Amino acid sequence: MSTAVSTTAVTDEASYEAPNVPAPSGRVLAAVMGSEWTKIRSVRSTIWSLLATFGITVGLGVLFCVAYVSRYDRLSLKERFTFDPTAQSLRGLFLAQIALGVLGVLVISSEYATGLIRTTFTAVPQRRTLLAAKVAVFGAIALLVGMAAAFTAFFAGQAVLNTKDLGVSLGDPSVLRAVLGAGTYLTVVGLLGLAIAAIVRRTAGAIATLFALVLVLPLLARALPSPWNTNIAKFLPSDLGAALFNVRPDSDLLSPATALAVALVWLLVGFAIAASLIVRRDA
Amino acid sequence: MIEVRDLTKHYGSTIAVDALSFEVLPGRVTGFLGPNGAGKTTTMRVILGLDAPTTGTVTVDHCPYRERHFPIHEVGALLDAQALHPGRTASSHLWSLARSNRIRRKRVDEVLGLVGLSDVAGRRVGPFSLGMKQRLGIAGALLGDPQILLFDEPVTGLDPEGIVWIRDLFHRLAAEGRTVFVSSHLMSEMSLTAQHLVVIGRGKLIADDSIDHIIAGAGTSVRVRSPQATQLTRVLTTEGAGVRNDDGALTITGLGAATIGDLAARHQISLHELTPQRASLEEAFFELTEYSVEYHGVDLSHRPATTKDPR
Repeated sequence: MSTAVSTTAVTDEASYEAPNVPAPSGRVLAAVMGSEWTKIRSVRSTIWSLLATFGITVGLGVLFCVAYVSRYDRLSLKERFTFDPTAQSLRGLFLAQIALGVLGVLVISSEYATGLIRTTFTAVPQRRTLLAAKVAVFGAIALLVGMAAAFTAFFAGQAVLNTKDLGVSLGDPSVLRAVLGAGTYLTVVGLLGLAIAAIVRRTAGAIATLFALVLVLPLLARALPSPWNTNIAKFLPSDLGAALFNVRPDSDLLSPATALAVALVWLLVGFAIAASLIVRRDA
Repeated sequence: MIEVRDLTKHYGSTIAVDALSFEVLPGRVTGFLGPNGAGKTTTMRVILGLDAPTTGTVTVDHCPYRERHFPIHEVGALLDAQALHPGRTASSHLWSLARSNRIRRKRVDEVLGLVGLSDVAGRRVGPFSLGMKQRLGIAGALLGDPQILLFDEPVTGLDPEGIVWIRDLFHRLAAEGRTVFVSSHLMSEMSLTAQHLVVIGRGKLIADDSIDHIIAGAGTSVRVRSPQATQLTRVLTTEGAGVRNDDGALTITGLGAATIGDLAARHQISLHELTPQRASLEEAFFELTEYSVEYHGVDLSHRPATTKDPR
């Protein structure tokens, strides 16, 4: 118990600078991203949420395709004609988005819930840099898992559909865009969860808000009289997602490029609000 | 050095800290003492840049905390030992903290050893006892080998052995020339830990002085036993002393033991006991905060009488 408090140098570099010399913000960001990576991989909820995202996207996608194949002989010509084999294999993400969205929420809300956020802010007083690091680290993980889930669900689903020669390949028109769009949509929902949680600061409140935005608002919008129903719904995240991963054009949806732009606007607005609040509020 | 200048902090209509000014100097343990709700935690949060002051300034080594990069090399703090993710291991927790400030991996094992948690480094912290969490929090504060350390109620939840350990640690840190600022509502603990005290009540500064001065200022008394108590009382009161008769023993204030002995000798009064009574820090503290309690009472009278039945 009588060991000295400091035994060896604390930092990596021998040339650690004087305390008050501002470090380039890039160095702070890089260090905090490393810290956030350690945080996210050292809790169990991460791996479970990511497995759920992947498993639900792939598993439900395969189930939808199996169901379609088994019903195929009894379907009308119109139903067969409007069938979108790519979208069919990707539909599982409407459930999977919940798992990834919850992980996005937890990335910051768990720190507020435990009080750990104060330790974090004490170590990183540059709160916007901290938020940026969380966005970068979680965004990269979400994109990776989202894309892996989308591509796996696509290939597995097409393998099922090919038993009736109904499948398509990545080289067919718009198919690659749709699969990439599905992975992108999952990432967008995850990041929306993070933005909402940074604003709301409560796990339950953030999850409820995210679900309302992604699952409930589209239903309410559809209840409006035409043309408000589609005019509003097509700007909501779930319809943006459909626009991103549908291969067949749909007049009720935005074009894929516009949908991507609108999705980015959602994220920009969300993180702009979060970034302005995070520096103004007491922790 | 920590400098607090005219710090005021409002939360809505509540005034948590009111025009508070003090300095915390290196090389000694400074206790931050006050009853619960006096504003200690708020002040510490403002020092660490967590809460923004309503008015006033706070600097740590002449630099506002929020302007610091990689601050845990200069300032280590433990505010709330329970503020941990229960599913993270002790070493992962410290490693995430270390990485954010470019501290190397080996230092994590070092501080875990320093606080005696090496054996549980790989365990999730959820089931840790409060004492273990306090040690982990102290490890986190020491991570950057900082010159300035802040601890909010660090002895809470520690067993007697842990309290002795932490007291020894604070003394060692101060002896190394570091600034050690420790809040507590336990006067008895502070009297053993701190050399200097900043006492606050209801957000206002009550005292900022060395422990010895604070105890001395609280007024010492002398206990005297004498077979000629009545005669002695007359002599002492004419000299301006306060005399209280408790069951045969006289408690005398306003005169030192030496003066009392001399007076007794001059008047040929025999003494059977002459004992200087040193006020405890507790008594000093109650004497100091009495006036903040009075202030409290006045403050309350301005409020609408909410306890009255409206009908």
